[in-house]
Amino acid sequence: MHSATTQLLISSLEEALLSMDRIVVSSLLGEVGEASPFFIAERLIAPALERIGDGWDRGDVSLAQVYMSGRICEELFARILPPDASPSQPGPKMAIAVLQDHHALGKRIVCSFVRSAGYAIEDYGQGLEVEELVGRVREDGVGVLLVSTLMLDAALRIEELKRRLDDVQLVVGGAPFLFDERLWREVGADAMGRSGGDAVRIVQRLSREVA
Amino acid sequence: MKKMTSMERVLCALSHKEPDRVPFFLLPTMHGARELGLPLADYFASARNVVEGQWRLQRRFGHDCLFPFFYAAVEVEAWGAKVIFTEDGPPSCGEPIIASPEEISRLEPPRARDSAPLLKVLTAIRALADRAQGEVPVIGVVVSPFSLPVMQMGFSAYLDLMIERPDSFERLMAVNEEFCVDWANAQLAAGATAIVYFDPVSSTTIVPPEMARRTGLPIARRVISKIDGPCGFHPASGRILSIVDDIAELEVAVTAVSVEENLAEVKAKAAKRMAVLGNLNGIEMRRWSTEEAHEAVKEAIFAAADGGGFILSDNHGELPYQVPFEVLEAISDAVIRWGRYPLEKEP
Repeated sequence: MHSATTQLLISSLEEALLSMDRIVVSSLLGEVGEASPFFIAERLIAPALERIGDGWDRGDVSLAQVYMSGRICEELFARILPPDASPSQPGPKMAIAVLQDHHALGKRIVCSFVRSAGYAIEDYGQGLEVEELVGRVREDGVGVLLVSTLMLDAALRIEELKRRLDDVQLVVGGAPFLFDERLWREVGADAMGRSGGDAVRIVQRLSREVA
Repeated sequence: MKKMTSMERVLCALSHKEPDRVPFFLLPTMHGARELGLPLADYFASARNVVEGQWRLQRRFGHDCLFPFFYAAVEVEAWGAKVIFTEDGPPSCGEPIIASPEEISRLEPPRARDSAPLLKVLTAIRALADRAQGEVPVIGVVVSPFSLPVMQMGFSAYLDLMIERPDSFERLMAVNEEFCVDWANAQLAAGATAIVYFDPVSSTTIVPPEMARRTGLPIARRVISKIDGPCGFHPASGRILSIVDDIAELEVAVTAVSVEENLAEVKAKAAKRMAVLGNLNGIEMRRWSTEEAHEAVKEAIFAAADGGGFILSDNHGELPYQVPFEVLEAISDAVIRWGRYPLEKEP
């Protein structure tokens, strides 16, 4: 596909997603013809979601729009993926969890964005303590762990988590890290994502590095 | 100028005049436990502890309010949710009390006078109002009907409901509005001076401005008009610059400002229709030196205190437990140093 056409399609997709308009999004993706699901995920959906994530980071886009964009894309990607296709781009095994509390919106958004970009990610859920999370990561052989936190006390527990999972790439996100930009390094995380779009970029980079 | 009581100072600032010094609201909901040497779960188990904790903190740091807000999850505790305590953070709610939208039609709002967790808060308000004797404002808190579902059903399920199930959403708002008005007025009847209406979901951090104008803001207008006392609006770190005019129309005395927005810009846009409160970074505060605390306080005061209409506070409405007492002392000292009216010129 010509790059100008692709750029136009990405912009239209971004606009339709921000309007939370499933029908337009579906019809735009229908226009790409015979392209493979991973081409659509990597070249169209991921860039549109990254732009939306960056808009959130600048304060131009609301969390409701980010959430619905991720949800719509995740559903559409699942629909265009043939039943016998591998569910994931190549790379290390990935998982995501919310440490301590039950607020799972950030995790849900990141899951949708990452899956829409064509990556498989295991969702460990929310309300997990360090001990439980370490056990699951070891059992599943996870190489990249994404952790979402809402409160400062949970964010500070990342330090213990990283100590016990020092061979696992640990990516953090959530309000405490947004309000204190030094915090993620202080607790020993390997990366911090400010938005779902950031999470996709980090996952793409780590997949290349760790693979 | 004669030294004012905290109440006089706050009322003067809210009238857009300059009091003796800039009023400041430290909102250390959990630090009372440390002051009394108690674990958080024990501290919040008794209204007496919260009264003693709040009273001692106010005497120690000299801030201009008493804040008998226990924790946000106390409201869903009243609806039957389980609350989970940790050693060093605010208690959070466990599994959502609304597991599916179908359950909303059967919801009945609890009454404050029949709810053990809320009665505990009312007892604390009553005792603090008795002790303060009208000299220090006692601040009550409600979570808005529009924001409460984040704890009642989880954030993503609530956004799905708001966007895709308008009938169930309307029904949930109706029961939540009834609860919120009853809970606010119970606190005022117990002796709260004013109510802070916490509504992060109406901020443009969470929903686009046009959606806030269709949903959260009309709800806020209806509810606030039924609350029998003065109210403030608090977006709990959310952004509000593009909806300042809408918030001013709620006829609140003050709005809080996020650390992500410019205090001076919000104050200018509020144009004396309401005062502003904010916007120290509570998360960074944990590691502030004395100098950094002075710089942050000075910056906020020079941005927004000229002419009154300003109360210094943190941007979220609840200080993390990890903020050391030394930082609270440094903030208090900095307000005394830099907040006396007439203000010094910015160096």
